[in-house]
Amino acid sequence: MSNFILICQKTIIYAIPLLIVALAGVFAERSGIINLALEGEMIFGAFVGALFVYYAQAGGWFLENQQLLFIIALLISGIFGALFSLLLSFGAIKFKADQTIVGTALNMIAPAAFLTITLAFFNQEKLVMNPMPLYSLNLITSDNPILQILFNKAYISTFICIILYVLLSIWLYKSKVGTHMRACGEHPQAASSVGINVYAMRYLGTTISGFLAGVGGYTYIATVAAGTAESSVGGMGFLALAIMIFGNWDPKGIAMGSLLFGFLKCIGPIANQVEFLKKLNIDIYVYNIIPYLIVIVVLILFRKKSGCPKAEGQPYDQSQR
Amino acid sequence: MKEKLYDLLHLEATKTIISSLISIAIGVLFGFIIMVGIALTSDGGTISDAFKGLTILLQGPFSSTVQKYVLTSTGDVIFYAVPLIFTGLSVSIAYKTGLFNIGAPGQYVMGTIGSLLVALYLHSSSAIGQFGIWLLAVLTGTLLGALWGVIPGVLKAFFDINEVIICIMTNWIAANLSSWIFKYTTAIQSTENTKGGFLMKPLENYTPRLGLDKLFPGSYIDSGIFIAIIVAIIIYIILNKTTFGFELKACGSNKNAAKYAGLNEKRNIIISIAIAGALAGMGASLYYLNSGIEYKFISQYAGLPAYGFNGIASAFLANCNPIGVVFSSLFIRYLSKGGEYLVKVKFNRYVADFIVSVIIYMAGFTRIIREKMLKDRKRERNKQTGEELKPEGGKKA
Repeated sequence: MSNFILICQKTIIYAIPLLIVALAGVFAERSGIINLALEGEMIFGAFVGALFVYYAQAGGWFLENQQLLFIIALLISGIFGALFSLLLSFGAIKFKADQTIVGTALNMIAPAAFLTITLAFFNQEKLVMNPMPLYSLNLITSDNPILQILFNKAYISTFICIILYVLLSIWLYKSKVGTHMRACGEHPQAASSVGINVYAMRYLGTTISGFLAGVGGYTYIATVAAGTAESSVGGMGFLALAIMIFGNWDPKGIAMGSLLFGFLKCIGPIANQVEFLKKLNIDIYVYNIIPYLIVIVVLILFRKKSGCPKAEGQPYDQSQR
Repeated sequence: MKEKLYDLLHLEATKTIISSLISIAIGVLFGFIIMVGIALTSDGGTISDAFKGLTILLQGPFSSTVQKYVLTSTGDVIFYAVPLIFTGLSVSIAYKTGLFNIGAPGQYVMGTIGSLLVALYLHSSSAIGQFGIWLLAVLTGTLLGALWGVIPGVLKAFFDINEVIICIMTNWIAANLSSWIFKYTTAIQSTENTKGGFLMKPLENYTPRLGLDKLFPGSYIDSGIFIAIIVAIIIYIILNKTTFGFELKACGSNKNAAKYAGLNEKRNIIISIAIAGALAGMGASLYYLNSGIEYKFISQYAGLPAYGFNGIASAFLANCNPIGVVFSSLFIRYLSKGGEYLVKVKFNRYVADFIVSVIIYMAGFTRIIREKMLKDRKRERNKQTGEELKPEGGKKA
């Protein structure tokens, strides 16, 4: 039973950043911009969040209220992820630049900036936050396994991300602005002809995307990476992009995809703690390969692509309407 | 005379070079800004540190104060440019066919696996000799790279799956595969200084040096640079002078038109990215088949080889022109060499990485700017001659 609980908890820990970052991808692509820079936005947002926490811990702020510090760090990471994503939307919308190249460049700018700064100021290539509070909460002591999974050793980021996911998904599909935004990804000319500002909608979609990627990035380093910010988030941004395609650009789909890949990703790191996996004695590299292999297989099987926004990646030009 | 100069200024090649120079200037500017930021916020730093840093960066290998090291560093710049030229060519040829080969790092890793397994396991006293084994190793690496390129190619051609996603997946598979395979190759693992996770250096079956090590004493340089230049010229000829190259480019610029013209689009996609993979694999082989380079195979969390991604930089800096890639790669390595000397003034080598990444960012824009310049020029000429605007596609030969 304890194995089951452990696997479920770890699955959630890995699934949450994937979920929120895949949702970030949905927001950008639904508005018509291919956000290949999710990885870079995660790194950049998380870096600024970690910097804040580092100085807050050094300065002794929020000693009584570590959870508040966590929430503020998430917010800061989101804001800086959003600011960083402006580099993408500015190029893609204003200058109609190649979204693939610009996105790739942002994925390289973020780690380079990270390493330049951490090496200059901390003399090392990573930024370690004080893990003292470890942030995890023991809300309930109960024998009920489901309550244990959800509330034992839980992170506050998990709840925040789930709330964000639910609210934003509903907003994207039910609100007026959300519907307008999706129209810009499907048929910008038609959207524009009924008075929707396509440029503004695309800026909004990409900025929300950057915010969510930043939140996801900090969630990743605070939970999966146990408080260490590095110049990489282990390809989670790209995996989230694959989950978005697997989930057919639909929030319900990406929730399933995130849980599946959260499970696949967590098996490797916990193989040593779980008795029956230990007996199998499989190399960690096999566990590491499996998620990526399954993404490929899944993409082949689910290639119907019906959910793909029709105008994604196409620059919109008002004058060519 | 004046007209000739005017025409020269408006050649497409000139515009490419100008826009690349603008990208470089902006990249360097941002590198300078980040250095100013670091200098002003760190203890006892002044703005003159940033200027010193800029000078060091731009002087590249000449930043060394010892004459002997200047030659060594210059040789190293050339040697380290070789894999970059290959991955740059890899990204370029794929891009000409309309594919974004972000899978170069994975293909590079596969090339590493193939070449090192052959070079380290076969003894040079065997029948085919040292040169034969070297050749076999390079070919194996090239072939494995090509194979790794074919995977996204086939999925793109037959299942219409975005090659970017597949490439990223195959990258991570390759990285883990290499660690997994080499874990069991204890016979060829390095034993010196009890450090773990390294393979032996290929002390026997390395790339011929052709006396270049005498010219640049102390550096790793070998004949790989000549191979790189020859391959770049071959790719240039294939792309610009052959029917096959024209077909590839036709698929890249308009898939449907190419299909309508009776071209086998699926075949061209697969062949193009297979060549791209082969190039990346060959680059890795030539890099690791050097008696001075040892391969660290434990990369479980370390990520993918930077050479694959930097190939994107060298490709786009050169506007995917194969000859231009040689120069852009040398330039990037030159800048990185300068970056290594930055420790003299409280900065670090990642400033150079930062500049390179800003340059790629700018490359996303320059293509648009160049096209705009070209269009303006055409309109102007048409105004003079009174001709109608010709359709874009007509200019290619």
